[in-house]
Amino acid sequence: MRDYPADEASREEVPIQASGDVVKARQTVRLLAQQAGLSLVNQTKLVTAASELGRNTLIYGGGGTVEAVVVRDVARVGVWVRFADAGPGIPDMELALTDGWTSGSGMGLGLSGARRLVDEFELDSTPGVGTTVTVLKWAR
Amino acid sequence: MSDRVPVLKIGDILLVSIQVDLEDQMVLDLQDDLSQKIVATSARGVVIDISALEIVDSFVGRMLATTAAISRVLGAETVVVGMRPAVAMTLVELGLSLGGVRTALNLELGLGYLRRAQASSPENR
Repeated sequence: MRDYPADEASREEVPIQASGDVVKARQTVRLLAQQAGLSLVNQTKLVTAASELGRNTLIYGGGGTVEAVVVRDVARVGVWVRFADAGPGIPDMELALTDGWTSGSGMGLGLSGARRLVDEFELDSTPGVGTTVTVLKWAR
Repeated sequence: MSDRVPVLKIGDILLVSIQVDLEDQMVLDLQDDLSQKIVATSARGVVIDISALEIVDSFVGRMLATTAAISRVLGAETVVVGMRPAVAMTLVELGLSLGGVRTALNLELGLGYLRRAQASSPENR
């Protein structure tokens, strides 16, 4: 994913250590999405993706952080969100992005579904080091 | 301690109106409470109002599907009412179509559906 200029004043960071923090992360992302002028449907898609990814960070990553900021491209505004954990990592990223695949008890829609709900998506994972998922949704 | 979503009884119908941003534990507690209460009250129908929910992710979606299946096994039919259009669009794109869950646009239509379903069930003929 390209590096887009960020509105530093909007930057938020939320630790994810308990399930209440996933709720906080959703609320933070929703506020930034409103600030960036995303339509209601796009806000809903981004917040839903954030909920899936935040839960993954908590359950599979053993906790971590979510960072969100409003970014700008030439003529558009969007919201950039990154979920980072220092968990076991994902050995096969392609497999992990397949609908229905899960290493736990979920339905396996978290990663693959979240990817469909955003405009840009990047998954970075190293076994034994951790996982980072970065998403971006543009207002249009 | 996490909060619990209240389950209200009206005749032989249980009504759940979710008014807060749900933590995962609340979702699991609700599923438990509803199953217990269906048996305790011999309820024949369950209405889950999600009109206040700004998002339904795969966890909540799965709870709705599981709750509908559990209540069916316990002899009660579930109707999910009030889903916002943006939530519906997101849910389908996420990959969840809630195939086994009966839905209605609002509480009134949901209750109407349950009444008709009960009136036409064999034991009431």
